[in-house]
Amino acid sequence: MVSADEPGHGEPAMRVRDLVTRIGGTVIHDGLDLDVHRGEILGLVGGSGSGKSVLLRTLIGLRRPDAGQIDIHGQAAESLRRQPDGLAHRIGVLFQHGALYSSLTATENVALPLIEHAGLTRPEAEELARVYLALTGLDPTAGPRYPAELSGGMVKRAALARALALCPQILFLDEPTAGLDPVGAADFDRLLVTLRDALGLTVFLVTHDLDTLYTACDRVAVLAQRRVLAVGSLEEVAAINEDWVQAYFNGPRGRAARTARGRP
Amino acid sequence: MIQRGHRGARAVVADPGQVELVDGAVGPELRVRGDWTLTHYRALLQQVRAAEPAERPDGVDLSRLAALDTAGAALLARLIGPERVEALAATAPELTAERRHLLQAVAAARGRAAPAPPPRRRWRPGRAVAALGARIGHGAAQLRLAIGFTGLVLATFAGRLTQPRRWRLGAVSSQLQRTALEAVPIVALLTFAVGAVVALLGMTVLGRFGAELFTVDLVAYAFLREFGVVLTAVLLAGRSASAFTAQIGSMKANEELDAMRAEGLSPIEMLVVPRVAALLLAVPLLTVLAVACGLAGGGLVILLSVEADPGRLLGLYGEVGVRHYLAGLAKAPVFAFVIAIIGCLEGLKAGASAQSVGAHTTSAVVQSIFWVIVLDAAAGLFFVEVGW
Repeated sequence: MVSADEPGHGEPAMRVRDLVTRIGGTVIHDGLDLDVHRGEILGLVGGSGSGKSVLLRTLIGLRRPDAGQIDIHGQAAESLRRQPDGLAHRIGVLFQHGALYSSLTATENVALPLIEHAGLTRPEAEELARVYLALTGLDPTAGPRYPAELSGGMVKRAALARALALCPQILFLDEPTAGLDPVGAADFDRLLVTLRDALGLTVFLVTHDLDTLYTACDRVAVLAQRRVLAVGSLEEVAAINEDWVQAYFNGPRGRAARTARGRP
Repeated sequence: MIQRGHRGARAVVADPGQVELVDGAVGPELRVRGDWTLTHYRALLQQVRAAEPAERPDGVDLSRLAALDTAGAALLARLIGPERVEALAATAPELTAERRHLLQAVAAARGRAAPAPPPRRRWRPGRAVAALGARIGHGAAQLRLAIGFTGLVLATFAGRLTQPRRWRLGAVSSQLQRTALEAVPIVALLTFAVGAVVALLGMTVLGRFGAELFTVDLVAYAFLREFGVVLTAVLLAGRSASAFTAQIGSMKANEELDAMRAEGLSPIEMLVVPRVAALLLAVPLLTVLAVACGLAGGGLVILLSVEADPGRLLGLYGEVGVRHYLAGLAKAPVFAFVIAIIGCLEGLKAGASAQSVGAHTTSAVVQSIFWVIVLDAAAGLFFVEVGW
């Protein structure tokens, strides 16, 4: 993997400056800055209601920021969004519950963007879709099944395959391990690292799962007080003197996850 | 297009990928060049297909490969074959480690990928007959289920009648508001309009015989016996049966019904009985309204064109026997029961997906309208034979 801090590597995969979002009269983010380096897995944490989901929805272009600038690989997200093949080809999104189209099989879900955006015929798209599904480790028998017939972990893998279908540069994940059993969650964390290494992805993920932070993330960003309070390695972030951060990383679960990883 | 492994670069000039067979230093080799990306996927796929039947040469020259993404890597892995992908570290030292990993990951995934499903088999008459049989069997099972469910609801209903404490008046009245009160405007408007149309039709046809005044009887008989109750039932089949199915179906998808059973509560008692009871009250009440509005609509047309005296018109309406009104009203509770049962049962049958809830909602509306009309036809025949 390329080190993200390597000089001459160009601009970060994503740069957010002075982001302001308001819902109704409430200010959710106020002057939020964030850099996501190329090839890293960045985990975003924050308390309930701190605006993690709103930030994710803003970054992937589902919400317009009220002020501020979002650049993706040096290009303004706003102008990318206006291009027909702009944003959709550069980012892939895994929604919390997978959001697979329930009327399509797993294979068809992955094939759909290939047919619509890349102009493939249905048999070509489905053949490629089966490769993607295998890449995310989905059992071959799951391909022809409908989302309602798949387990939670299988849905996440199929949805990840769909997010990868258009070969995006940046992958956004909303709570990727929520609802998975610990074994499935650990598998998914490993899969993320494997795919990042193999495909050279940049990954931005929102999570509550301390194990994901310890095993998969290169850096951690803390969202609190309406901005990104800190970004850095887990140790750096955990040392910050803020109530929620202390309760999160140094509470019983945080200690358990840290001990399990052998990081005192 | 993205160039993986090429620092900070995005190829400005499109360079469609190519593969060609050339004579290399140690014999024939495949020379791969250009962008192997999703953009050029279709053109590349054709080249790969064309190259495949030939014996694979040992050498692969990847030094002219420009951009490469996952889709392109899948094709390249197919072209080179899994064994040579494994050997790439030695045979193609110019390839970056990132790209080698990508090719290896995709080649491994290709090995694990599901084979293409067999093409759908051709239609044969035997299979069509079998499908028809299966449908009939399914229909019979559904009918048996519906009859069983009706019995269950009736038994629950009867069991609670003696226990006023468990009548769930709150649930019934909230359902009554949604099914009856909120349906008043649409029922009133629709029946008023149909009454006017029937009167217009009657005057056109009966006018030829100089019997325009009999339009009053046409409107009165039509609404008292048939239109009042049937229009109400069809409207409620569309409004309430669908709502019942969607409500209960999404509750089931959300595991709320399982939660009820786990808490020792009966979904039949909590959800189905209040809805049935509400509709049993709503349809007769709305039928009274529908008949009144239909007579008003027809009456208005008659007043404007044939008989200008409202008092005389009311007298003519009054001459129509009350037994016709009762014959119409008697059907209302039957229709109400059928609509409520079908709506609730379809909701309970719905699966966990949005599509399933939608399909069952459609089915609930179609079935309840179908049964309303079939029962109305049967009742019409019966009343004529009995002379009511």
